[in-house]
Amino acid sequence: MSVAVLSAGGPRRKPRRVLPGFNLTLGYTVLYLSLIVLIPLSALLFKTFTLSWEQFWAAVTGPRVLASYRLTFGASFIAALVNVVFGLLVAWVLVRYDFFGKKVVDALVDLPFALPTAVAGISLTALLAGNGWIGQYLEPHGIQLAFNPNGVVIALIFIGLPFVVRTVQPVLEDAEKELEEAATCLGATRWQTFTRVIFPSIAPALLTGFAMAFARAVGEYGSVIFIAGNMPMVSEITPLIIIGKLEQYDYAGATAVAVVMLVFSFILLLIINALQAWQRKRGGAPV
Amino acid sequence: MKTFTRLALVAALSFTGLAAQAQTLLNASYDVAREFYKDYNAAFVAHYKKTTGKDVKIDQAHGGSSAQARAVNDGLDADVVTMNTTTDVDFLASTGVVAKDWQKRFPNSASPTTSTMLFLTRNGNPKNIKDWDDLIKPGVQVIVVNPKTGGNGRMAYLAAWGYAKKKWGTDAQAAEFIGKLYKNVPVLAKGGRDATTIFLQRNIGDVLVTFESEVVSVDREFGTGKVDAVHPSISIVAENPIAVVERTVAKKGTGELAKAYLDYLYSEEAQEIAAKHALRPRNAAVLKKYSATFKPIQLFTVNELFGSLAEAQKVHFNDGGQFDKIYTVK
Repeated sequence: MSVAVLSAGGPRRKPRRVLPGFNLTLGYTVLYLSLIVLIPLSALLFKTFTLSWEQFWAAVTGPRVLASYRLTFGASFIAALVNVVFGLLVAWVLVRYDFFGKKVVDALVDLPFALPTAVAGISLTALLAGNGWIGQYLEPHGIQLAFNPNGVVIALIFIGLPFVVRTVQPVLEDAEKELEEAATCLGATRWQTFTRVIFPSIAPALLTGFAMAFARAVGEYGSVIFIAGNMPMVSEITPLIIIGKLEQYDYAGATAVAVVMLVFSFILLLIINALQAWQRKRGGAPV
Repeated sequence: MKTFTRLALVAALSFTGLAAQAQTLLNASYDVAREFYKDYNAAFVAHYKKTTGKDVKIDQAHGGSSAQARAVNDGLDADVVTMNTTTDVDFLASTGVVAKDWQKRFPNSASPTTSTMLFLTRNGNPKNIKDWDDLIKPGVQVIVVNPKTGGNGRMAYLAAWGYAKKKWGTDAQAAEFIGKLYKNVPVLAKGGRDATTIFLQRNIGDVLVTFESEVVSVDREFGTGKVDAVHPSISIVAENPIAVVERTVAKKGTGELAKAYLDYLYSEEAQEIAAKHALRPRNAAVLKKYSATFKPIQLFTVNELFGSLAEAQKVHFNDGGQFDKIYTVK
């Protein structure tokens, strides 16, 4: 079973109090998280509390709002899945092979982080619209990628890619090649080596990447808005619904929808974290 | 004694420093007014120097009209707001940031310029679009702004509704017309400029419904001859309201300057600058002078048909309103 032990990256260190400064650093952490995360979020909740329960329910379950949840969460899920597959591939190539221009390719991966999302949205639309470089060849075949839910998925794939690559890459770098060689020596096929040796060691990182890409996609506004077409019931994302409510000066309604999104996302992230913990255990690391 | 002279010197220096520093004014305005106010500000600064001898510096903040209203409400220290939707100023009045009777503080319901909704079609008008009822023909694709996210879209919607109401008489018929019209809309743009981009750069749609002022900037930015402007038989008056932000001027002591700044919008010079930017001037003489741009069409006001824009907002655009019904009621 030594294979499995090593693949989880060695035994995990238990928290020890030998280090000095625990109280100071914990105090700082709590203060910092409160300032940056908890206070803004509680302001959100307070604004929502100005609504009665009926008003809250009406605000978050309108037919257009429900349709937007389906689109936002569905498209984010699909985009994150696509990113897991292709992000893993990109990370694999960047870690395992040497080729000319590798540094440049490596840097390219981060571009979606840095690019203003509105610019991304506008460029994608320019490419994929019926008269765009790519769109003009697809439209005659009846494939429409811009101004419908497909466009939403594409924009979300674009912004989510670096999250998967950058979480999987370091884990792949640390994975020991000797294990794969040992597996081969012991008669494993390439497929077995991948599914039994490599995959278990990177699965937690993949899940993290998935979670981050998904969370980022759920909140994305700037890039999607230009490519979605924004038709009610069809291609309206939830952040657009929130903006729409703000335009009516319905602050409370906007925050109500935001709270629902937040709760959904939080639950999903919790599930993913639990999955990760389970995965780690199954990976055989001594706990 | 030495300290005293030094102090006096410092005081004198700081005083002259203050005097030399021009008073500044911040105008929070909507997106597409950028070019107009750039020209207007230059004219106003010259005028103010000439009449009072004082230097003044005008800063501009632009964004979506109601996003700007929210920013001012939340604390942006603008001295004046110049918007394209009266409900945005009404909102600021309701929170006490501008005067309750802001519409009475300046002439023409405190809107020195107006605009109206026109059509832009592809060059040569291949689908032969002449009036609002051509927009509901099968096979015609209409590009408009989402009334939920932009004042431009609300005006387009109300203009279409007003046409139908005046032609057929009842709200039910107007609702049916609006429903058919929005069935012909393949993409709802986020704002005015977004709509122009979809129509001209993405090449989607046969007709774009937008502000008259946008028609001029299309010619400027995309070159003449790509599109035709079509004047429908009847359209809506879209007011561009202005107001002094009482909260800021009380704090900064810029009340007089702010009033002078807004008053000058009604001068002949300013009205002429507005006309050059395709904003309809209130001044009749200037309007006549630019009649080539502002073709006379039958216009109705929001108040005439909908009571007020706030009322229209409630019935048509708020959640569960008439606009939502187009998409949610089958």
